[in-house]
Amino acid sequence: MIGIINYRAGNLQNLQNALTYLGATSTLLDQPGDLANYSKLILPGVGAFGHAMANLKHYGFIRPIRRAAQENKTLLGICLGMQLLFDFSDEDGGHPGLGLIPGKVTRFDHEGLKIPHMGWNNANFTDSADPLVSDLRPTPWFYFVHSYACHPANPQNQLGVTEYGEPFCSIVKRNSLYGVQFHPEKSQADGLALLHNFIRLEV
Amino acid sequence: MLAKRIIPCLDIKTGRVVKGVNFLGLKDAGDPLELAKKYNEQSADELVFLDITATNEKRATVLDLASRLAKELFIPFTIGGGISTKKQIHEIITAGADKVSLNTAALNRPELISEGAAQFGSQAIVVAIDVKESSPGSWSVFTHSGTRDTGIKAEEWAQEVARRGAGEILLTSMDRDGAQKGFALEITKRISSQVSIPVIASGGAGSLESFAQAVLQGQADAVLAASVFHYGTFHIRQVKEYMASRGIPVRL
Repeated sequence: MIGIINYRAGNLQNLQNALTYLGATSTLLDQPGDLANYSKLILPGVGAFGHAMANLKHYGFIRPIRRAAQENKTLLGICLGMQLLFDFSDEDGGHPGLGLIPGKVTRFDHEGLKIPHMGWNNANFTDSADPLVSDLRPTPWFYFVHSYACHPANPQNQLGVTEYGEPFCSIVKRNSLYGVQFHPEKSQADGLALLHNFIRLEV
Repeated sequence: MLAKRIIPCLDIKTGRVVKGVNFLGLKDAGDPLELAKKYNEQSADELVFLDITATNEKRATVLDLASRLAKELFIPFTIGGGISTKKQIHEIITAGADKVSLNTAALNRPELISEGAAQFGSQAIVVAIDVKESSPGSWSVFTHSGTRDTGIKAEEWAQEVARRGAGEILLTSMDRDGAQKGFALEITKRISSQVSIPVIASGGAGSLESFAQAVLQGQADAVLAASVFHYGTFHIRQVKEYMASRGIPVRL
């Protein structure tokens, strides 16, 4: 059973559709106390970083998410949900994140580059044996929509790298925490394969 | 490397896919869900559904379609046609669409773009711009299926929608739509080079080379087509393989 942390940031129906399609049961977690009952969590997110952190705080999710990380629960951050795992984002004048993965989130800043980075791009794995990405094809395609990108302080936390003007971390891993910058629920076969791996991860 | 996208477009009328030439003479082209699934298997990068007869009754049909699509297709899709309020945007996104496409309503009330972007994110707001070459070398924005000239310069409107927070521009050349004689490369290139958001070229898909030219000459970020896919002139994968052979990054 997968718990999706519902801090009222965006539509979660498509994520649930994909999990259902893959045969997994998922529940939207509306209360901070709900997290304790789940060993596998998803932190979704679209929109602005500062707004999302404010919502996580407002609904009381920050402490239970940190506790889940300490207890080595399996957690997958998706899109903005990945960025929130880091220390800090430059977005809108700068906001601290959950601080669960050392590093920061910065805006794409290259002359002539269209922002947001929107569409299908490849990810290259630094460890193709990792259970989240094992049995995916070597350079899969994923669907991205974002203007800011994650840069882990520790290169060992980088599981997937994507190129857009510069290389950035598209899949992050630290202990039992994962984050993906793309939308696996919108990335057709490659995205579904990754979600399927997440569903099968042993906890 | 970011791929250039191929986007089949399905015009929906009373629950069926239709296609005409220069927005006239509509022909039945099949069931939307079946076609969508077929395009998904052919490696379409996204899908666009335009509800061309958008009355209230048919709106419910489109919401139902969006929700069924979202359960079976795991690629992004856009719904457009007659959307004029934030409430409608909300309903369509909630039903499962990733993006809405705004057209006439954005011209009537440009604030709808900024309000939509603020509430749902720029990525959810596509602005469709229908243009015609009104005098040699000058394109203006048209409404009412290409019959009414607003007198607004295409480039100016494109810059304004980008400034207001649109996530993408769907640029349709009304002169070329359905004619299969190639895209309007000059205006596509002008707009693409003047705005910082992606531009989808639409109207005129014909030969395989026309797709490549939309990207190479027109500098489009994505190419949209309908008839050549509906009537089976080309398989989407065939178009992508051709583009790849011309050095264009595509998802295969």
